[in-house]
Amino acid sequence: MLKLKNEFSLERDISGCGLCGIINSKKIKTNGSDIKKAISIEHDRGNGLGGGFAVYGNYPDYAELYAFHIMYDNLSAKKDVEEYLKNNFIIEKEEPIPTFKTSKIYDHPYLHRYFIKPKSDRQDKLFHELGDDDFVVNSVMLINQNYNGAYVFSSGKNMGAFKGVGYPEDIADFYKLEEIEGYMWTAHNRFPTNTPGWWGGAHPFTLLDWSVVHNGEISSYGINKRYLEMYKYNLSLKTDTEVITYILDLLIRKHGLPIRLAVTVLASPFYHNIDKMDKNKKELLIALRQIYGSALLNGPFAIVFSYSNGMIAMNDRIKLRPLIAATMGHFTYVASEEAAIRAVCPSPDSVWSPKAGEPVMVEFEEPMLQKGGLVSL
Amino acid sequence: MTKSSFSNIQSEYLALVDHNKCVRCKRCIQNCGWGVYSFGGDRIISDHNKCVACGRCYTYCPEGAISIVKNPTVVRENANWKDGLMKDIWRQSETGGILISGMGTTFKYKKYFDHVLLDACQVTNPSIDPLREPMELRTYLGKKPSKLDIEFDKNDEPILKTKMPPQIELQTPFVFGAMSYGSISLNAQKAMALAARALGIIMNTGEGGLHDDLVPFGKNIIVQVASGRFGVHRDYLNSGIAVEIKIGQGAKPGIGGHLPGEKIGVDISKTRMIPVGTDAISPAPHHDIYSIEDLRQLIFAIKEATDYEKPISVKVAAVHNIAAIVSGIVRAGADIVYIDGYSGGTGAAPNIIKNHVGIPIELALAQVDERLRNEGIRNEASIIAAGSIRSSADAIKAIALGADAVAIGTAALVVMGCHVCGKCNTGNCSWGITTQRPELVRRLDPEVYGEKLYNLISAWSHEIQEVLGAMGVNSIESLRGSRERLRGVELTDTELKVLGIKHAGF
Amino acid sequence: MITIDAVGMHYRELNVLIKEGIKRGIKKFFLENVNGQYYIGDGIKGDDVVITINGVPGNDLGAFMDGPTLIVNNNVQDNIGNTMNAGKILVKGDAGDVVGYGMRGGRIYILGDAGYRIGIHMKGYDEQFPVIIIGGKVGSFFAEYMAGGIIVLLGLNDNNSDEFYGEYFATGMHGGTIYLRKKIDFSKYSKEVELYEADEDDMIFLKKYLIEYSDSFNIPRGQIMGKPFYKIVPSSARPYAHLYTSA
Repeated sequence: MLKLKNEFSLERDISGCGLCGIINSKKIKTNGSDIKKAISIEHDRGNGLGGGFAVYGNYPDYAELYAFHIMYDNLSAKKDVEEYLKNNFIIEKEEPIPTFKTSKIYDHPYLHRYFIKPKSDRQDKLFHELGDDDFVVNSVMLINQNYNGAYVFSSGKNMGAFKGVGYPEDIADFYKLEEIEGYMWTAHNRFPTNTPGWWGGAHPFTLLDWSVVHNGEISSYGINKRYLEMYKYNLSLKTDTEVITYILDLLIRKHGLPIRLAVTVLASPFYHNIDKMDKNKKELLIALRQIYGSALLNGPFAIVFSYSNGMIAMNDRIKLRPLIAATMGHFTYVASEEAAIRAVCPSPDSVWSPKAGEPVMVEFEEPMLQKGGLVSL
Repeated sequence: MTKSSFSNIQSEYLALVDHNKCVRCKRCIQNCGWGVYSFGGDRIISDHNKCVACGRCYTYCPEGAISIVKNPTVVRENANWKDGLMKDIWRQSETGGILISGMGTTFKYKKYFDHVLLDACQVTNPSIDPLREPMELRTYLGKKPSKLDIEFDKNDEPILKTKMPPQIELQTPFVFGAMSYGSISLNAQKAMALAARALGIIMNTGEGGLHDDLVPFGKNIIVQVASGRFGVHRDYLNSGIAVEIKIGQGAKPGIGGHLPGEKIGVDISKTRMIPVGTDAISPAPHHDIYSIEDLRQLIFAIKEATDYEKPISVKVAAVHNIAAIVSGIVRAGADIVYIDGYSGGTGAAPNIIKNHVGIPIELALAQVDERLRNEGIRNEASIIAAGSIRSSADAIKAIALGADAVAIGTAALVVMGCHVCGKCNTGNCSWGITTQRPELVRRLDPEVYGEKLYNLISAWSHEIQEVLGAMGVNSIESLRGSRERLRGVELTDTELKVLGIKHAGF
Repeated sequence: MITIDAVGMHYRELNVLIKEGIKRGIKKFFLENVNGQYYIGDGIKGDDVVITINGVPGNDLGAFMDGPTLIVNNNVQDNIGNTMNAGKILVKGDAGDVVGYGMRGGRIYILGDAGYRIGIHMKGYDEQFPVIIIGGKVGSFFAEYMAGGIIVLLGLNDNNSDEFYGEYFATGMHGGTIYLRKKIDFSKYSKEVELYEADEDDMIFLKKYLIEYSDSFNIPRGQIMGKPFYKIVPSSARPYAHLYTSA
């Protein structure tokens, strides 16, 4: 049986990796060949046990619906999950995710997608008044935890994750990414160190419109996890990426912090620098550390997180992981290695290496007018 | 071997003087607070029965002529009837009294810190070199809101909207435990005050009030309110950086305290605000706290008296149901909860309590932290763990189990020369620590020992930084509560479960 | 002078008004419609500040107070004068449990009865001399651990009964003096105290407090001072000195 979930007797699943991201701030779409080409340059950063992509703008016809990508390792799991979806969601469309068996990827779960929206009279309304986004989050966690043989790996609007066990360039072929178009792409090449590969554990990790690709091992995982558990997050995947995604969800969606402050929590300045700041800023940053110290991501990381309004790439506060950024016209590129960028954009307008903990933030020039959730910020 | 009077109890130690080395300088006579030594015309004579092995005499003997040895005279061995038990019976049969002693329990219960191992990075994530790179130990004690509200100024810069509750800033996650003037000497308190100020940490008055000489150290002092309310008044409450309500103490959960009248001299009388020579009795409970809502009432009575500007700490002993108790304390409005494990020290406590009541700090702390997290209120109060923190390793493990900071009491006294003889209650401490006899107190120089305390805490802080670096994190908040970095050895499944850690190998 | 209508007001708001008023130099406060607000007079200073309270104030009235006078025209609840340092509390009704716990100075005069645990651990120091006078009767554990000052128990309102005090009377008392307007049943004493008839010196000493008390409540002075008083003092300032043996 294929591994969809982390059922290894491990507290956590750690890995080394390579990553890249491409965004067009004018929302000009490109197909998946560039991102595939870029990530394939970073081939040696992975070990063939996980590759994946996230794309935004790929489902324009269903932009108002949550696009659930679900992997199943047996058909009875599919039946059970679909029963749940039918009871709680209006399913506008469902279909198998198109895949193409290749010599490299021949053993895979059954992959299906659903374009859905929560029913207004769903049963949980008897107990609480959750917004749609919160209900979707709960549903994703419920399916991933309670439905054996089923795993939701993408749940946002007008975006999708495509991932699996294999090198990313092979995963790209498996999903035929050159036939998919989007205005923002991220990719990940995984090097798991203490588990065999498992389909769900490939990056990107997504929740609603968030998708995160990440390189490095978070040394503060233990307390980050316990901190999130206090806010009722269920960290079933036991991966760093999951922790990062949930921290962002908590800070931005639930606590309403602006994104620029949320990233300050992840890679906080040191006190000796904070102490030199002007009074208001010092007060704010000390309060951020006092309150969110347990959410500080300590240890090496470079992450790219994408959401419906843009992309943020950053590394840790002492820059233990590489990150390169470049711009060319309305395109911004980020990657673990400059060569990955040069492979698709040989002469960028500018190339730079962001400072420790300093985010590269790109927003679309016309923000999405989508309602609710992350984008409403 | 002389005995001072007829008793079944043989002297425990022998104070042997090598008369060939001895130059009759009589420093031993001066130094011994117990009266062991006297001059017999041509040589030093020892009254072994008075010796407590406090180590003062041989430390100060210029000729190295003194050795303190265990009395080789055996009480017939019996694994069941250990000689300590028989001695206790003889002692009580002579006096009819409750046996009391100073310092923590001498019983050999399992020390969980010694069965917990720390993690380090290898390859998959890197260790960090603490000598070259920043390694943050700064810690804030006090209630933290669960989330932050901000607003934006006219330049669209975010500014803090949340009114932060008062916090105590510690440069390193250590505090000195509560030890009152009375239980220890003023010079011992001054040594801690000097060290606390230099280190950017805090000391604690204990329940004996605040001596005038310590008033300038207010920013580094927690003032305590115990059931006796000694020296407690409005200005006292406002004179420190925080106020602590003492409910209990690890060495003697559930009971009060007596500072005997003979220790209440003019100066202590003034600080405690009671007449000279009367017993200073702290009742077992606060008589205004018979229930959790009464604790809330006192917490807010103090907050009202301090205009909500001081964090309020509540100190409790670790007892069986500690997790629920601390949850209640946090919900009652405490900003800091100080949990004192059963092996914590004391100036005096009945042995029956000290040796048999309470639970280890490691287990208490683990359960409290877990409980507060389960209830979603861990941010509402900081936790100080205490009860025999003997090394930086204990401190690190306590922090990884969930403490915000640790308190040290006995270790601080050991810096001042204490050999943990456990006779604090007698007031004869030859090191000038747990005594009010002026000739003994005088020998404890606050500046000398303040510097030694500074050295100890600095050394321990460096050791914590080494461990953080090895773990690949550069801030103490990334270790705090991170039990994933701990593994147990030689622990049962139940013990591991209580501690919330895995066995080594997993 | 300022009148504050406390109806529906939270104690925090009310106490901020009082503290700000004191800062502005106001000396006389009238609090109307008080009902259950805790901590009135908590930690305030100012020997000439007088706060008159109409209604039943909440617990911890006058806690940590250091100088002002509180006049309550009704009953009071628990814990009045908690750890009070100086000042005066006049209660023209009954008081609840735990009056003057750990009180070090000032006076608490109660016209009516008081509950359990009155004057526990009350202590005098230097020139500070706490005084509690209770017109009616008290509950058990009266003057437990008393260490200083005086408590006067008048038993005015219950002339036909000896039961104007409860059990465990003055246990652990090791300082101060209790004065009684009636002789009490010796078997109810704690072992730590001794009973005497108050002598002339005692009465001279007591007189100023009793006069102040009777004048405060408009009671004819003679009604209080007409009878001989008894006094209870501790046998020792160190009641438990022999309880312990050094191990």
